[in-house]
Amino acid sequence: MLSLRDFTVIRGGSKIVRDVNLDFEEGKIQIILGSNGSGKSTLAQGIMGIFPTDGHIFMDGEDISSLKVDERARRGITLAFQEPARFEGITVKDYLLISSREKKLGEVEDALRMVGLPRTMLFQEMDDSLSGGERKRIELASVLLMKPRFAILDEPDSGIDIISFKRIASAIKEMRNRGTGVILITHAEEMISLGDVASILCNGRVVVTGKPADVRRLFTKTPCPIREVR
Amino acid sequence: MDEMYSREYEALVKYFENSGGDPRALRSSEYASMVINHNRVLHVSEVDGIQMRFERMENGVEVWITVNENVVVKNPVHLCFGMLPRSGRQIIRSHINVGDGSRVKFLSHCIFPKAVDIEHVMDSDVTIGMGASMEYEEVHIHGKSGRIRVVPKAIVNVGPGGYYSSTFVVKTGRAGNVDIDYSLFLSDNSSASLFSKIYGRYNDKIRVKESMYLKGRKSRGIIKTRMVLRDRSSSEVIGEVVGIGDDSRGHVDCMEVILDDATARASPIVYARNPKAKVTHEAAIGSVDKKQLLTLMSRGLSEEESIDVIVGGLLR
Ligand SMILES: Nc1ncnc2c1ncn2[C@@H]1O[C@H](COP(=O)(O)OP(=O)(O)OP(=O)(O)O)[C@@H](O)[C@H]1O
Ligand SMILES: [Mg+2]
Repeated sequence: MLSLRDFTVIRGGSKIVRDVNLDFEEGKIQIILGSNGSGKSTLAQGIMGIFPTDGHIFMDGEDISSLKVDERARRGITLAFQEPARFEGITVKDYLLISSREKKLGEVEDALRMVGLPRTMLFQEMDDSLSGGERKRIELASVLLMKPRFAILDEPDSGIDIISFKRIASAIKEMRNRGTGVILITHAEEMISLGDVASILCNGRVVVTGKPADVRRLFTKTPCPIREVR
Repeated sequence: MDEMYSREYEALVKYFENSGGDPRALRSSEYASMVINHNRVLHVSEVDGIQMRFERMENGVEVWITVNENVVVKNPVHLCFGMLPRSGRQIIRSHINVGDGSRVKFLSHCIFPKAVDIEHVMDSDVTIGMGASMEYEEVHIHGKSGRIRVVPKAIVNVGPGGYYSSTFVVKTGRAGNVDIDYSLFLSDNSSASLFSKIYGRYNDKIRVKESMYLKGRKSRGIIKTRMVLRDRSSSEVIGEVVGIGDDSRGHVDCMEVILDDATARASPIVYARNPKAKVTHEAAIGSVDKKQLLTLMSRGLSEEESIDVIVGGLLR
């Protein structure tokens, strides 16, 4: 269990995400909804340990607030960025081998297949020769290979064609079935329906948490339902 | 005497092999090759269409390599220059001539495994004939410590329709004091590329000065530099392309990553002496990309391991 208590994320000196209280369970998908600029990516990176935070983040009851990014990763938390990085001189194969637990090529090929990318892509470099959508899918493959306890996926489905979208959805389901707790930031209806629970982030605060279908309905009506500000 | 030669030869071949070289290339008669320790030529092998001559100097060797006209040299010519002793000076003066219509590739290993105080000067002139092509790759294998000064100088003339490319690599061991000075002159329809990949550490000082004179019509040239500097190392990179011929095109591309207390200075010079020429440049110096670093760290690599991966890619 990964729990946020009065979790606040500070960026550029200001509190962008405030007083979030959420519990993430392994083998469950938690959907995060929120309009542009509501703080979704900031929350995601705050959990990963990239920005300074206030409040607490507990993993199995232990406060891991002081752990650095790589220490959190070694405890089993990982993040797929909304805009994945480009790497000059590093092939898709070498990149995926980094996160592969067993460091076996077969495992890397399976992961690539799961996100719907051809085997031939293994030898391509992780630079501008890949499209944004391809990089997103490679990122997802990398997260799959890590077999994390908790995976934060920041809009893995944006800018992706319909066919690949289905692959991504089933890869995420598979990840959950293997016992990973997925924190899924998305706008897509089909993705939301995969969720076990959903929350709306509004001006950096979690304002609603509930059944994905209900929360989505509420979100379509009022993307940022006002609640009194402390 | 012979015994000493063969001992040195075996030692160099071993280092060559450890650094990823294929020792069969130095033993096979299918490959042209030359192995030199200090001022002693330990081994020479010629193949059809290539002649190699040499003359011993006090502190080095003068070498003439000639590729006849219209020869396609199947296997890369292997050159292995080294200094097995801890200190001293080695000068290799080479004259390379590639005949019209020929194609050849050189793979040069410069090996200084035990350097305490060594200077290696490489003074070359290269002539590429009409429609001929030459690729040259130079890999340096230095020891982990000691003072080493590497001074590669070359003047290259590329004939009409010819092609020349050179890749200079120092990434294992200490780079030391590197002072590269290359000048290339390109004729009509010829093209060239200069690529250097250097990893500087400790108080290494690296200076790269490369100039390309695009004299010919439709000549094309690119100068590419990738450097990583750590500790207190420093670099100065001067990449110059001069557009002289009609429709000549040149580009300078320099990217350097600096860490710790390293410093880097890059001056791309683009100079057009003809309104029909086009010369462009890009240069970027900075720390390791934050997102790359955080991505790798979020996969469980430490900061140091992540930097190694990023830097390794850049120098690949
Ligand atoms: N470096 C920064 N310093 C201060 N504030 C920032 C900084 N970067 C972003 N912000 C602010 O933080 C807020 C949240 O940004 P964030 O990227 O987390 O939103 P998001 O919900 O992920 O948006 P999107 O849907 O566009 O991805 C925005 O209002 C933005 O202006
Ligand atoms: Mg975002």
